[in-house]
Amino acid sequence: MKPAWGRLLVLQVLVIGMLAVLAVRLWQVQVVRGAEFVHAATETRTRDVMVPAVRGQILDSAGRPLVRNRTALVVSVAPTALVRTPGGGAQVLAKLSAVLGQPVKELKQRLRACGPKVTRPCWPGSPYQAIPIDATVTTRQALQILERQEEFPGVTAEIQAVREYPGKHEASQVLGYLQPVTKEELDKRHGLKSTFSGVDLVGRDGLEFVYDEELRGTPGVRRVQVDRLGKVIGVEQQVAPVSGHTLITSIDARVQAVVEKALAGAMKSAPKADGAAGVVLDARTGRVIALASAPSYNPSIWTGGISEHEYQALLSEKSGKPLVSRAIKGEFAPGSTFKVSSVAAMLRDGYPLKGQYSCPGSFMVGDRPFNNFRGIGLGTLTLHLALVKSCDTIFYRAAYEQWLRDGGLHPKGRTKEPMATTARMFGFGRPSGIDLPGESAGRIPDRLWKQRIWAATKDENCKRAKTGYPEVAKKDAGRGAFLKRLAYENCLEGFQLRPGDAANFSIGQGDVLVTPLQLASAYAALAGDGNLRSPRVAWALIRPDGTKVREIVPPVIGKLPITAEQRTYIRKALSEVPSDGTAAGAFAGFPMDKVRIGGKTGTAEVYGKQDTSWFASFAPTESPRFVVVVMVSQGGMGGQTAAPAVREIYEGIYGISRKEATPDPRASKVAGDHEDRRSESAEAALPAGRPAEVLPLVGPDGRVTR
Amino acid sequence: MSRSGAGALERGALVKRRTLADRAEAVWRVDGVLLVAVAALTVIGTLLVWSSTRTWAPGATGLVKKHLFNVVIGWVLCGLVAMVDHRGLRAYAPLIYLLTVLGLVVVITPLGSTINGSHSWIMLGGGFAVQPSEFAKLGLVLILAMLFARPVEGTERARPLDVLLALVAAVIMMGLVMLQPDLGTTLVLGVILLGALVVGGVRKRWIAGLVLLAGAGAAAVWFLDLLEPYQVARFTAFLDPSTDPRGVGYNSTQSMIAIGSGELFGKGLFEGGQTTGRFVPEQHTDFIFTVAGEEFGFLGSVTVVALIGAVLLRGVRIARDCEDRFGTLMAGTIVCWLAFQSFINIGMTIGIMPITGLPLPFVSYGGTATFANMIAVGLLQSIHIRTHQRHERAYR
Repeated sequence: MKPAWGRLLVLQVLVIGMLAVLAVRLWQVQVVRGAEFVHAATETRTRDVMVPAVRGQILDSAGRPLVRNRTALVVSVAPTALVRTPGGGAQVLAKLSAVLGQPVKELKQRLRACGPKVTRPCWPGSPYQAIPIDATVTTRQALQILERQEEFPGVTAEIQAVREYPGKHEASQVLGYLQPVTKEELDKRHGLKSTFSGVDLVGRDGLEFVYDEELRGTPGVRRVQVDRLGKVIGVEQQVAPVSGHTLITSIDARVQAVVEKALAGAMKSAPKADGAAGVVLDARTGRVIALASAPSYNPSIWTGGISEHEYQALLSEKSGKPLVSRAIKGEFAPGSTFKVSSVAAMLRDGYPLKGQYSCPGSFMVGDRPFNNFRGIGLGTLTLHLALVKSCDTIFYRAAYEQWLRDGGLHPKGRTKEPMATTARMFGFGRPSGIDLPGESAGRIPDRLWKQRIWAATKDENCKRAKTGYPEVAKKDAGRGAFLKRLAYENCLEGFQLRPGDAANFSIGQGDVLVTPLQLASAYAALAGDGNLRSPRVAWALIRPDGTKVREIVPPVIGKLPITAEQRTYIRKALSEVPSDGTAAGAFAGFPMDKVRIGGKTGTAEVYGKQDTSWFASFAPTESPRFVVVVMVSQGGMGGQTAAPAVREIYEGIYGISRKEATPDPRASKVAGDHEDRRSESAEAALPAGRPAEVLPLVGPDGRVTR
Repeated sequence: MSRSGAGALERGALVKRRTLADRAEAVWRVDGVLLVAVAALTVIGTLLVWSSTRTWAPGATGLVKKHLFNVVIGWVLCGLVAMVDHRGLRAYAPLIYLLTVLGLVVVITPLGSTINGSHSWIMLGGGFAVQPSEFAKLGLVLILAMLFARPVEGTERARPLDVLLALVAAVIMMGLVMLQPDLGTTLVLGVILLGALVVGGVRKRWIAGLVLLAGAGAAAVWFLDLLEPYQVARFTAFLDPSTDPRGVGYNSTQSMIAIGSGELFGKGLFEGGQTTGRFVPEQHTDFIFTVAGEEFGFLGSVTVVALIGAVLLRGVRIARDCEDRFGTLMAGTIVCWLAFQSFINIGMTIGIMPITGLPLPFVSYGGTATFANMIAVGLLQSIHIRTHQRHERAYR
């Protein structure tokens, strides 16, 4: 047998060689390249599933929910899983349609991605996300899907938190709404990109937008193990979601409701009114107690996907564009409410506080007569009476004199422009800085503004000065000629601030525009300590366990350019407007002995439209706590439409019922329309007669203990 | 009479007792290292089968229980074969060969069943099935050992007629297995033939010639498109797994990921995510080694390789120490068979061999393979026992 040994030795060497090859290769694969394969394994074996955090609630100053969460069973479809099924998901959708009772066509519409040519219903969110297609399913329907998962690949039914609005349409523009996050927004957030389960929403307007990050919380991540078919077989790692912070606002839900009702009533009383806004500020702190815009809408229509019809309705002219908050975005000529700024400008410019001023029926500004309201002269007045009776000619004169002092049409060097400068110090002409998106700046038409406008429109005007307006002239030769002349004048000397511009400015007419919020903020400074504050809706952010994250204090952004004495003087003048002045009619029978209201009416002319009705007010006059401003677009006279609405708001705040008040023919007519409302408003929205001063204590369970 | 009768009776009893003692003594003459190595492999195999099937097998333990049952039967068969004197088998070799060939014939008739694209099974009912090609390996080992065990007088060289007969016997089997088709087993049979030729002392130039012929044959098969497309695909995928990572390359890629992610110490038994997620197909059978790689890490997988190495090297030693050509040839060819099969199997999981459907001896799930492997081990032990009994007697 010995000769076979040689050959067996060969076999032995081969075996040893083979073992060595295997061992070396294993070392290479498992030790040298191990980390690389661990990475590959993690990628193939695990999926990161986002666990959405519960979005924080939005509460009012007493802890009442303005936006809260309700759990709903939501059926979602993962498009990536759907396309992999036979027939591209057609079968699955057919079955789903049968379970949900919705036509396949509608389901398909909701699943398609939004694009430039694809309008709602469509999916604006990330393609990686499961698309919620029904947020109103019953437990039975959900079980039908969950129990037959193999028939519904990519379809899930989960309990999700959806937004609920207990106040329905109240403060809807302030609260804002949520929409699915877009791919771009998702990419901007660090870390959590890829696989999303469920709905990831982002605030699109209002507080939901501004405090989105705080309200959103931190989503949790569940790293699940999946098998090769993508079926989840276990949880490898879990980071629990952190609920979003609760936002406590300074809004008082009851006052808000009162304001909304008052606006609705005002809109009804003025047949041509096409919009209204109401602002209630805390005169001492600058916090927003109510901020309403009419028409309004119920933001719950965004929940679970908005339908094409609903979306178009929201944007349409006919519905009055309820998405737009007239309180912060609407720019209107302020009319006489603006005179507080003009008086301050006169005082700053050296006009005596206690002087006597002549109030003729008409005043010649340059070569043009500027008339008082209805052309009635009021004799010689103090500034006090000028405000109470709302004399215009005193202000025309002052504005004209200041204009002349600045050099008239051809100013030299630096101009003083006291009216415009003072208006800016009252906060006009720039956004108030409120914690809401899309605020308008308003407009202070000073000399510089004229220059800019002229530079921007010069080319067009000069062209029109030559060519005219043939398209207008065809229909109306007179108007065509007028426009041509106007274009010529504007081309030639549009950069000049004409005397008429200055005069109009002084009484809040012409090119001056303010937002209702700006006006309220200015009145708050006047009624309060003279400091101009940037209003804030948010008061504090608290964690779900009730501890405070931070308190939001309205910052002081300026100081009114008048002395405390001058402020008191103006305030006292305004205190007589509701009792003896232009708003006396609206406030007839109001128990001034209980709460004295101060305010100023405004009736701003708008070319081709009805007047804008304003009433800006504060109460109580001795030590103001509230500033209330109401604006009704196309509402007519300030004393007729806005002032009664403001009265209604004060009645609601203080719990004054009209029975107590001496009946007045007009008031009783209004009251008669709202019999039930009257008894309701007898209960004070703020019984203490002042805004909430301490934050509500919210327990971990969401209950308010104080 | 009574005395002598008693004496004869006594002597007879003595003889009988001696035989019993011999048998009992035989237990102590088994190759301990071989025994321990195979035992360790079957235990590890059972654990790995458990780990890879517990997530989906009926009742979680359904398949591992079946496997354990097969292993126990395997050990019984191993023990029985070890008790038999291997030299006695020589007379039965042609019969055993013919029986295994018959099995291969039956399998290609409608009596056979197809599992996983291979028509290699005979269903026995009750959930049991046999794979005759596994027993064919044993049949071929025996017939070749028998043929080459009678060399030319005075030399160590096999007789030319026997070489021819051996070729015929092997080609018949390989042809039948190829019809299933089962490329892996065909190759194993080829290696058994090669091993027998080498150990049997066939002239080197004959062997070289035959290898060349086989190579030419393989080239002809390749170029004449006689292979099934999936076999070609497997081979090309081996050359470059990245060509089709979702298709054929998938197996290779996923098994590398599973093994590589085990790193040095492994993830621990039942902790392998790739295994639990069933990313590697056929993981309890052909790709069982990936479970070892992932859950026991480099240390564990090298241990498995070392245990197989121990089996093979003991096998070589047993072949060397055996004093009869038949035993040497049997042991030598068994080593070639197990070595080739192990190398191909482990090699394909770590990307150095193309994917062929071969189980890992002693570790993979599969009844027939377990039986055949354990019988082979029984043969090795039998040879070892006889060799050492002879040595000891000579010593006495």
